[in-house]
Amino acid sequence: QVALLDIDICGPSIPKMMGLEGEQVHQSGSGWSPVYVEENLGVMSVGFLLSSPDDAVIWRGPKKNGLIKQFLRDVDWGEIDYLIVDTPPGTSDEHLSIVQYLSAAHIDGAVIITTPQEVSLQDVRKEINFCHKVKLPIIGVVENMSGFICPNCKNESQIFPPTTGGAEKMCQNLNVSLLGKVPLDPQIGKSCDKGQSFLSEAPESPATSSYRSIIQRIQEYCDQHHFQEEKMI
Amino acid sequence: LFSSPPERSSLAGVRHILLVLSGKGGVGKSTLSTQLALALRHSGKKVGILDVDLCGPSIPRMFRVQDSDVHQCDGGWVPVFVDQDKSISLMSIGFLLEKPDDAVVWRGPKKNALIKQFVADVAWGDLDFLIVDTPPGTSDEHISTVEALRPYKPLGAILVTTPQAVSVGDVRRELTFCKKTGLQVLGIVENMSGFVCPHCSECTNIFSKGGGEELAKHAGVPFLGCVPLDPQLSRSLEEGRDFIREFPKSAAFPALTHIAQQILDGTRQQTS
Repeated sequence: QVALLDIDICGPSIPKMMGLEGEQVHQSGSGWSPVYVEENLGVMSVGFLLSSPDDAVIWRGPKKNGLIKQFLRDVDWGEIDYLIVDTPPGTSDEHLSIVQYLSAAHIDGAVIITTPQEVSLQDVRKEINFCHKVKLPIIGVVENMSGFICPNCKNESQIFPPTTGGAEKMCQNLNVSLLGKVPLDPQIGKSCDKGQSFLSEAPESPATSSYRSIIQRIQEYCDQHHFQEEKMI
Repeated sequence: LFSSPPERSSLAGVRHILLVLSGKGGVGKSTLSTQLALALRHSGKKVGILDVDLCGPSIPRMFRVQDSDVHQCDGGWVPVFVDQDKSISLMSIGFLLEKPDDAVVWRGPKKNALIKQFVADVAWGDLDFLIVDTPPGTSDEHISTVEALRPYKPLGAILVTTPQAVSVGDVRRELTFCKKTGLQVLGIVENMSGFVCPHCSECTNIFSKGGGEELAKHAGVPFLGCVPLDPQLSRSLEEGRDFIREFPKSAAFPALTHIAQQILDGTRQQTS
């Protein structure tokens, strides 16, 4: 049972990517109802609260924090195995708030995404430091857009070159796990734009194998964690 | 920070102010800001870049001046010059950090205060163009920057998107932001638009194609062009090199110089 919470208030991409554009949130006695992709996958996003694709959410920090609080307090998620929270880039209101509001619950950890170049890594190091500062465990780092194999000649190009050793070197230096590398695949963007599952649409893609391996490692981390917690009790 | 405010506005010598915006992260705003500055410099203009991305300041590194410090003078903070030419100057929180990996974990009000200072207290001197590079979104940084710049009548904003619908979907909201705040849209750039394989020259639309152009048409704003993915450009940014001067035959060069030319033409039309 999975819940996906989109706290990118200004740029909510999740509804489109899940094929739920145009859906609205319903309220009942037990709170806001998430929008379900499948019986076991529920989604919440500010995107569902906007009436037009042109509507902009031009809010300062406090108002964004208020909505994030509501998402956590008023959404009737039911019993879930995994709550996945998608965040905007940065180390600001949304990030501080979600960590603060979830502090009573238990956050297993954060998965941090980067691309291979130093321009990206330099920001990701800050994000890692943010996690340390707020005592958020780091499950690991994913290197996205990691190489492109030309469908015609099958040669590989490093479109975003890892001039300083990519995520691999950074993870070594900072003692965090590298969960995996996902190559560029035009089908990924296409599936997201159509709101379809890339993993189902392109099961043979090298990117699919990468995603699946990364997801497995995340699940293993969470299972281990749970086991350790129960041992402690 | 200062005992008395500067007598002459620090932006009084700046002829044109333009903002680079996007609803979406990672689409290439900082890349475009940098290349636009380089291209304008090559047309003989003096350019400044104000980097108001406080959480992820990319601009200093893109010019290989990330280790520079900011000094104060009577007129305020002295911007960092990219080279001895002094034709490109920068201001970014990147220069104010003790360590490069220090996270700026600030809520809105603190960000707003620094942005006000950046707009009011940097001694830019005489510039032809001040380019303001922003983080993605429509929040504190954007509201504060536009409010602080309003008295100086910015030229307008360039909006950057990648071709896919997921990116365009966010940039639509950025267009609404511009409308609501009275910021003129100079045009839309469709970045990462196609990749030509250096081995066999086959073009693959890795991030789809056409979304930016369609959005410009739909919204009735100018379309400034498609910039293809170009590993040479990525590498130049990594190494702090002047892509416009050093790689005129590279894939992204024509599109980038064309964007700069349209901006220049726009300002000439304004004065005539």
